[in-house]
Amino acid sequence: MSGDLVMALLVLLPLAGAITAFSFPRWGPRIGCGVALLTLALAVRAALDVLRQSPLTGSLGGWAVPLGIRLRVDGLSAILLLLLAIVGLFISIYSLQALGPARGTRGRAARYYWPLWLFLLAALNGMFLSADLFNLYVTLELSGLSAVALVALAGTKTALDSALRYLFVSLSGSLLYLMGVALLYGACGTLDFELLAGQVTGPPGWTAMALMTAGLMMKGALFPLHFWLPPAHSSAPAPVSAALSALVVKGSLYILLRLWFESAGGGLTQGTLQLLGACGAAAILWGSLQALVQERLKLLVAYSTVAQLGYLYLFFPLAAGGGVRVWTGGLIFLSAHAFAKAAMFLSAGNIIKAAGHDRINDLGGITRVLPVSVFTIGLAGISLVGLPPSAGFVGKWLLLGAGLQQGQWWWVATIIVGSMLSAAYMVRLLSHAFIRDGTATAWKAVSPGFEWSALAMAVAAFLLGFTAKLFESLLQGVVWIGGAQ
Amino acid sequence: MIGRISGPLMAAVVFVALCWAMLGLPAEPAGLGREAFGALERSGVTNPVTAVLLNYRAYDTLLELAVLVLAAVGVWSLRTMPASQFEQRCDPLLAALLRFLLPLLLVTGGYLLWIGSSAPGGAFQGGALFGGALVLMLLGGQVSRRALARTSLLRAGLWFGLLLFCGVGLTMTFGGRAFLEYPPERAGTLILLIECGATLSIGMILAALFFGGRPEAGSGKSHEGEQ
Amino acid sequence: MSGTPHLLFLFTGALLFALGLRGVFSTAPPLRRIIALNVMSSGVFLVFIALAAAAEGGRPDPVPQAMVLTGIVVAVCANGLALALTGARRSLDGTGEEEGP
Repeated sequence: MSGDLVMALLVLLPLAGAITAFSFPRWGPRIGCGVALLTLALAVRAALDVLRQSPLTGSLGGWAVPLGIRLRVDGLSAILLLLLAIVGLFISIYSLQALGPARGTRGRAARYYWPLWLFLLAALNGMFLSADLFNLYVTLELSGLSAVALVALAGTKTALDSALRYLFVSLSGSLLYLMGVALLYGACGTLDFELLAGQVTGPPGWTAMALMTAGLMMKGALFPLHFWLPPAHSSAPAPVSAALSALVVKGSLYILLRLWFESAGGGLTQGTLQLLGACGAAAILWGSLQALVQERLKLLVAYSTVAQLGYLYLFFPLAAGGGVRVWTGGLIFLSAHAFAKAAMFLSAGNIIKAAGHDRINDLGGITRVLPVSVFTIGLAGISLVGLPPSAGFVGKWLLLGAGLQQGQWWWVATIIVGSMLSAAYMVRLLSHAFIRDGTATAWKAVSPGFEWSALAMAVAAFLLGFTAKLFESLLQGVVWIGGAQ
Repeated sequence: MIGRISGPLMAAVVFVALCWAMLGLPAEPAGLGREAFGALERSGVTNPVTAVLLNYRAYDTLLELAVLVLAAVGVWSLRTMPASQFEQRCDPLLAALLRFLLPLLLVTGGYLLWIGSSAPGGAFQGGALFGGALVLMLLGGQVSRRALARTSLLRAGLWFGLLLFCGVGLTMTFGGRAFLEYPPERAGTLILLIECGATLSIGMILAALFFGGRPEAGSGKSHEGEQ
Repeated sequence: MSGTPHLLFLFTGALLFALGLRGVFSTAPPLRRIIALNVMSSGVFLVFIALAAAAEGGRPDPVPQAMVLTGIVVAVCANGLALALTGARRSLDGTGEEEGP
């Protein structure tokens, strides 16, 4: 099977699956997991191709750029495609039972979850494959609209309110991005990332970058444009929260990375990079402090996401002088966060199922009922805080190393302070869970499938650190990750 | 007070920045026009916009169809059709107008679909007219609840265009070509084929977006018992 | 196409965009914010069309026109979803905090 077909199928399979799941809702779960498995196979195939030979590229319709659209898998895309496929598979497995039966009036959420989820998968795959500015806009919209519909699935007032807020933010973000695309097209006459490299200069270029960055920050919940994330997370079904935190916001971040380093590489000043880093520091501090004072588990995890995304922001000023090691560190951290956060949200979902609520102070003794889920949260927490040997540690270690080497010690301090704050809120959470309190009587058990799929992801977050070499080899081939070391 | 001026202030900043950027644009932007016109004979159509939409950048259009289907699925997932939609009184004046207007809309829509290969027109334009016709039928009280009960057929209509598009694109790969690469001698026919399916779906989706929710369960016949 | 009309359209697009942006991030009721989104997208489309009209060579550039067509369709979808969401939310106003339809 040629590389072109692999890339096309990565998008077409989920689309076909979504259509089928829409027409035959009873088959939804099976179609969903089947597509997730096939997507994983395709992603592995693409990554192997990248490792063995060189980046996959294919011009759609046989039209070469700049007229046509190019799909491309290089080291960076391969990592994200794999991440999407693996996390997506586990979320699909979890969702097999999480939504209840698809029949009757109560089954509305279960019936529509699978088509919407598959559309989201198609959109994210398309995003990681695309090398064309306008094509990215369409995938951004596809993913944004499906994410909004998924958040609104719960049907409660708070769910609909937060979905509506997310919709406004998402759409304005897309329009900001699109205006940037217009300016870039007017100035450079092309929509392809590689052809744009080096041409993004002058007032149109800078304004376009500013607009697109603002738009993507909104969609990626990057401080200070993160305000839609916590409410959306707390009222969405557990697998949707997991997908939002682990996958959807990474899409916008990915586009930002490509824009800044691949297209606009030459024209970036230290000043702008440090500004982004400052936003990251603010995100880490603000998010962690908020997480410390939350009373509800899902909100705690949501603010933790805001904080963790701040680390990814710090990556910008560090990456400019870094080379492959910094990128490896950043991407390991990104992947570790995706796994750990997904695991935490799914476990939170289990806890809510068992206890009927997620108020942290009243969760004493839950360890007796859901030991696996609590263990999962602990394991995920280790990665989030960055303790060895988890992947979170490896990522932070590489970032710290880059910071020290480049003399940007203020980011080093931020990372350390941030890790301490993360430890603080994780300890607070777990201490409540381990209290042997007597109030836990009416708690329901949760079927093992739920707990084990969440655990699998936490274990992945743990073990991912050992695959650092794989990340490095994948990223070696990415031409524009320059620099020594 | 800060809140009251921050909004307009932000808007003013954005406006000024945009104007500054636009002043820096070339007076005659290079764009892709030259390449687009240059490849026109191989594209199978003579209207350059249709060539871009359905040939050079057909993948964008495919994804756009996916967005359309997604919107319909999303709207269906949110609520059932508001009952008020069915309570339109059938105004006799409107009914008389519809008798004339609906066939005209259908014919014009079909014309736009056909003429899209050589003049402004195409699937979206035709589909918009079909969608408009369906909306007019609802507003004129011509659509009953029973008519909407065959939900499996409705669903099929919604995604048919997307499926056809993907299918045609994939079929091209069997011939050793890239995805969505049409052989130049058949390109025109393939584009028309795709557009036919797309027009049908676009019309139904636009109408579904207007109808505002999923149709309620039919009286017993649906094989799933509930949609 | 001479310079001045082209700039006029560009600036108008920028104005619409800025006004729409202000509207979306205000505290207005949802319907008004949806309209503001539409105003914003009209601004972006106008910019694209101005670029297409001003293109070198005398013939309008078809690529931005195609992008606008795609953009319009995507905007319609977004509108549909936003309106359905607003309607679903509004229909919950009389009832308790429970499941919608």
